[in-house]
Amino acid sequence: MINQSLKQYSQMLANKEISSVELTQTFLNRIAKHNPSINAYIALDEAKTIAQAKAADNKIASGKAQALTGIPFAQKDIFCANGWKTTCGSKMLANFTAPYDAHVINQFDAVGAVNLGKTNMDEFAMGSSNETSYFGGVKNPWDFDRVPGGSSGGSAAAVAARLCAAATGTDTGGSIRQPASLCGFTGLKPTYGLVSRYGMIAFASSLDQAGPMAKSAEDCALMMNVMAGFDERDSTSLNHPKEDYTRSLEKMIGEQPLKGLRIGLPKEYFAEGLDAGVAKVVQDAIAQYKKLGATIVDISLPNTQLSIPVYYVLAPAEASSNLSRYDGVRYGHRAAEYDDLMDMYIKSRAEGFGAEVKRRILIGTYVLSAGYYDAYYLKAQQIRRLIAQDFTQAFKQCDVIMGPTAPSTAFKAGEKADDPVAMYLQDVYTIATNLAGLPGMSIPAGFSNGLPVGLQIMGNYFDEARMLDVAHAYQQVTDWHLAMPKGIE
Amino acid sequence: MSLNINDIKRIAHLARIQIDDTEAQATLTKLSGILGLIEQMQAVDTKGIVPMSHSQDVVQRLREDVVTKTNQRDIFQQNAPELGNGSNQAAVDGGLYLVPRVVE
Repeated sequence: MINQSLKQYSQMLANKEISSVELTQTFLNRIAKHNPSINAYIALDEAKTIAQAKAADNKIASGKAQALTGIPFAQKDIFCANGWKTTCGSKMLANFTAPYDAHVINQFDAVGAVNLGKTNMDEFAMGSSNETSYFGGVKNPWDFDRVPGGSSGGSAAAVAARLCAAATGTDTGGSIRQPASLCGFTGLKPTYGLVSRYGMIAFASSLDQAGPMAKSAEDCALMMNVMAGFDERDSTSLNHPKEDYTRSLEKMIGEQPLKGLRIGLPKEYFAEGLDAGVAKVVQDAIAQYKKLGATIVDISLPNTQLSIPVYYVLAPAEASSNLSRYDGVRYGHRAAEYDDLMDMYIKSRAEGFGAEVKRRILIGTYVLSAGYYDAYYLKAQQIRRLIAQDFTQAFKQCDVIMGPTAPSTAFKAGEKADDPVAMYLQDVYTIATNLAGLPGMSIPAGFSNGLPVGLQIMGNYFDEARMLDVAHAYQQVTDWHLAMPKGIE
Repeated sequence: MSLNINDIKRIAHLARIQIDDTEAQATLTKLSGILGLIEQMQAVDTKGIVPMSHSQDVVQRLREDVVTKTNQRDIFQQNAPELGNGSNQAAVDGGLYLVPRVVE
């Protein structure tokens, strides 16, 4: 009951093998049993969830079922959901009940999907290990001493531990893909602008994108059909024609389904800093892709190393602006004692934000301040264009780009918590795609020392369907994506 | 580009975040590390490069200047913080939010 694909759940519901209430209750029971140790979920509301499941059963009975109707999903706690506590992993919003639904939540509701609960995350999406959450860390279901990755750590653990059918996440510098790699499942960050950010608590507005986290590329494609689409309420939402992301999955069969596909391997992604065990798994996956008919092309993305400093100027700068709304006036944490307005501001913010968030706000404030804007923010924006141009050049020689998602497997909790720069280097392979606005995904490709390793697939703008095909072809001939951690039956 | 403790205090003031001397010192160390990281940018020649803020060639969409939202003040004010300073009442009164006196 917990390992089926979204398509299988849909068929089971249609054939009345199970009801949405039964399926949902199965996951709620698993959550009750395992969440106390894993800490994947921050907010649960069984009554609301079951009510949605009942409504879904009615929808199915009246013949109006769609692909995701009646299936239970976990929602990252960055999405405002009407009537649900929405905390963004922060003390600042610990008592905030969202008075409206994010677009992403609307989309799931509209098709009758069920909301299992809100998942844990690094505070305000700033982190790569879920260790900055006000609500505590999350255990990697593959090894409870290790982190699940971040910032979508709760959603990641929920997918890996089968505490949901699938989950949503967001990715600003790698926060869907890196946890997907560390926890052994499939995650996709779409082209910037494809999924509306309305109601998605903002971290870095020019980089944030929501996406699916699921057990397979096919599941991600089904979720993209629901999540993607123009929304006039998000001024950065693109008026891109609606697509069926599953449309060519079925073609990925036969001897060499990927004949003619050119896969670019950037030399900078296989250099110093990459763990040898991870490199081996990725190389084996590339060899598998050759068997599927693809051609390998050596490419270069020369400005790869610069993506980290550029990101750690731009993202904190945008965060410092976005988080200036948290002032203790109308919602969020207000200090219990204060003398005057200034005192209320500085104390509310000092108390409400955790250390990493404060660090990034301070960096962002600094790089935007008078006298430094040109040297830092503007310079970073210029290098951002160079990074995007690297990809434009590369896509003249290849159709998709592949490489590792993360430089290592899951690290131990606490190992990098004291060294912000070491933590930031986790994102070295994922960040450039956010800067360029390109789509990227991670798929399970094997294990190193018993821990999952992800293969990253990057595509050109709006090429998600092809990327999903490419991932699906691999998942037809391998079974890494079906593996489930032991000990959480 | 090195910072000192006064820079930290100035930035913290701009960001409206209270920071005491011990925290300022710890922050100085961590921020200096991060600034060392971003110094790598200075080695790159970016003369003539147009700064990039968005990957697609888009312009701000406009809409008709008409009222589309309804007044939901009561719903929103359910999230009002506690007044504090000894009172645990919500910091609202007659539809307004309560803050310390701003105008003398």
